[in-house]
Amino acid sequence: MQDVYSSKRMLRPALKVLSTLFCLSTTSVADSPTFSSPTNIFAPASTPAHSIFGLNLFVLAITGAIFVTVFSLLAYAVVKFRKRADDDGREPAQVYGSNQVEVAWTVIPILIVVVLFMATARVIAYVQMAMPENAMQVVAVGHQFWWEYRYPGANVVTANELHVPVSDPAHPTPTFIKLLSADTDHSFWVPRLAGKTDLIPNRTNTTWIDPQQVGLYLGQCAQYCGTQHAKMLLRVYVQSRSDFDRWIQEQSQPAHVSDTASEGRRIFESIGCMNCHAVAGTAADGRFGPDLTHLMSRDTIASGIAPNTHEKLRQWIQDPSTLKPGARMPAMGLDEPELNAVTAYVETLR
Amino acid sequence: MSTELIAWPRAPESSVPFVERLHGWVTTVDHKRLGLMYILYAMVFLLIGGIEALIMRIQLAVPHNNFVSPQVFNRLFTMHGTTMIFFVIMPLVFGFANYLVPLMIGARDMAFPRLNAFSFWLTAFGGILLYFSWLGANGLYGAGNAPDVGWFAYAPLTSRTFSVGHSTDYWTLSLLVSGFGSIGAAINIIATTLCLRSPGMTLGKMPLFAWLNLVMAGLVILAISPLSAAQIMLVIDRYLGGHFFDTQAGGSAVIWMHFFWVFGHPEVYVLVLPAFGIASEIIPVFSRKAIFGYPIMVAATVAIGFISMSVWAHHMFTVGMSSNANTFFVLSTMAIAVPTGIKIFNWLATMWGGKIEFKAPMLFCTAFLFQFLIAGLTGIMQGAAPFDWHLANSYFVIAHFHYVIVGGILFTFFAAFYYWFPKVTGRMYNETLAKLHFWLFFIGFHLTFDFMHIPGLLGMPRRIYTYEPGRGWETWNLIVTIGVVFQALGILVFIVNLLWSYFKGKTAGNDPWDAWTLEWSTSSPPPAYNFAVTPSVKSRRPLWDLKHPEDPDWRYE
Repeated sequence: MQDVYSSKRMLRPALKVLSTLFCLSTTSVADSPTFSSPTNIFAPASTPAHSIFGLNLFVLAITGAIFVTVFSLLAYAVVKFRKRADDDGREPAQVYGSNQVEVAWTVIPILIVVVLFMATARVIAYVQMAMPENAMQVVAVGHQFWWEYRYPGANVVTANELHVPVSDPAHPTPTFIKLLSADTDHSFWVPRLAGKTDLIPNRTNTTWIDPQQVGLYLGQCAQYCGTQHAKMLLRVYVQSRSDFDRWIQEQSQPAHVSDTASEGRRIFESIGCMNCHAVAGTAADGRFGPDLTHLMSRDTIASGIAPNTHEKLRQWIQDPSTLKPGARMPAMGLDEPELNAVTAYVETLR
Repeated sequence: MSTELIAWPRAPESSVPFVERLHGWVTTVDHKRLGLMYILYAMVFLLIGGIEALIMRIQLAVPHNNFVSPQVFNRLFTMHGTTMIFFVIMPLVFGFANYLVPLMIGARDMAFPRLNAFSFWLTAFGGILLYFSWLGANGLYGAGNAPDVGWFAYAPLTSRTFSVGHSTDYWTLSLLVSGFGSIGAAINIIATTLCLRSPGMTLGKMPLFAWLNLVMAGLVILAISPLSAAQIMLVIDRYLGGHFFDTQAGGSAVIWMHFFWVFGHPEVYVLVLPAFGIASEIIPVFSRKAIFGYPIMVAATVAIGFISMSVWAHHMFTVGMSSNANTFFVLSTMAIAVPTGIKIFNWLATMWGGKIEFKAPMLFCTAFLFQFLIAGLTGIMQGAAPFDWHLANSYFVIAHFHYVIVGGILFTFFAAFYYWFPKVTGRMYNETLAKLHFWLFFIGFHLTFDFMHIPGLLGMPRRIYTYEPGRGWETWNLIVTIGVVFQALGILVFIVNLLWSYFKGKTAGNDPWDAWTLEWSTSSPPPAYNFAVTPSVKSRRPLWDLKHPEDPDWRYE
């Protein structure tokens, strides 16, 4: 009895050291260059991601300790109780069970489960129920295979590149995102900002973020949504308040249409482009594809898969399937002059 | 119990014409032949599903690879998942249960031999129907397509709007057909274990393998029924104007998820309980000790059976359930770790103080213990819902459930292949090749599935046919692909071993492992009637009692 007691006392600090080591190793692993990734879940930059990160470390410490304990027992048994070469051929002592031991390894796991459960329930309640007040409202709509973003307060509609203001911890300006789907299921996952939440047709989901550092945060659709699920990338631009306000101001303007590209515009508005695409201030008001009013203000096209350069834009307009086979936009069969004219037109949409 | 073995005078196989032998197999209602047919069928699909995985891993070895098109990749992961779950592990489960349960409980056959044959052929035709989709799914004119909606086929991707042609119908109908086969097989296992045990074998003396299959069969009935109902609803949606899952007409995509996962999670236990059963037979024999804590092992099994029915929505932590619902499913999910942990501890305690002999079956079972421990712990991580908001649908999940299904289940089934090979064929497998198989597969498994966790933690979602460079995923994906080569070699060695040993292996004798359950008391291979005299038993280890009359088990139980 004395033995059991003292070994328990030795075990407790050992476990503590172990879990601390585990925490340290995970954080240092997360910072090391091999693991450097713009989508690392262990590099949180927003409150929901931070509270999840805290729980992750706690769960990792406990599961790590369980692993070390049980693995040591297994390794000991494998080494110690293997049949020796000089075995006498007699059967070992037959043990059928032990109530005390079995009660112990029923009760201890129950206690661990209770602790894990309570820690988890707390974070669920915090992230899901503490929806911030005075948050900026954004609506994200998932489409096959791109993202539509609407800013209801500011009359702005854009695509694929979400802009949000940075949130100063002293004066938080969180962003509240309403998640809808126009077709199949999608999932909004920017690992450094928050856990993922699905976008499901005929259902309204929500999530929130309050990124504390200016920068570009990446992610991608995390629910299989069809052929080009792989190329439905997420880009979140976190800007200073003044940059963000300027961006909103520019985006809320109608398109600046110059006469230099009137031929391209004529083609755009006559062959079907406008059935799917909207250009505010012109006749084009399609809703099936991305809003192109300020296309040239974006860094990328086709949901983040290609830089928004003249060549890529032209290639995309000529035949989207060369960049993204299975994309919903058809090749319109334009000849060279038409292609140049349409490309020139969309390049005026700043 | 019977001590005499009567060799059945048999005509040499070669003297019977091939057509007659084939006819004998096709029309058989013998549980052993049906069991072998299930297992052979699973092996064929294991190769097919493995080749599909290999193609996917080649595609993902480097970013922006063009080995296969996105359309083909999406079909591959749908077919790989559906094949491996429904047409590899399920037939393996039913095959081993079919072959072994009657022998272990001293019965002549399954309770309903003709239902048994019917169930097998339903399952078999289900798999063939699924694969016929490669040829026939576009109807009469097209080249055809396999389903590409993912193995859990979330609505509304399966609606006619998003899935034109018939590929989804092939998926739906093949699972419906094989599902009915599974229900038939489950009814049979329940009836057999409850009604056909030999005299003296109370439920408390039934071998654990039979117990675990009994609970498994109960879960099959509870789990496959909602799946079948959902498939019928999907057919109604697609062809009869129903709106169950039609979100454009007010239907609910989330209802499909509930239907699917209320099947899908118990299904995991349907697959893993028989694996537990195998481990519970092999670990004691190779440790030379009785199983530790038999009653609590049975109790833990039944507890897992019940709790597994209440955890399904942990697959849905990201669909926007209320925080109350999320919290409930966290609790139920973590609760299942308790009985599962008890099992691991009891296996360890069985090895403790034993004289462990690391023949191939025990090697595979030891690796199972190690891998299932990790799989359970990564399962707890995902059971913590906020952690899962990151991990769900990432490569971490893929790594986790392959740890369960390959590292846990397939490893024990390999153990079972080697352990019962001498009983089934009368010949011994080649131990050297078996160990080579083990080490190749063990190394390959860990290269693939250990490193697969990492890209998941770095934000890589599942079901993507290609990925962007610069996200820190390249190295890990390359290692994962290299591991597949080792696994493929391992499987090759395994097949060579089985074939070579079947024809050239040493004669094994009736009881090569000095084991304790009834199947080892009859000849190898067992005669059609199994036992010349119905055995009667007094303890959980009837052959131990026989071999140690001075110290029989029934004194202690």
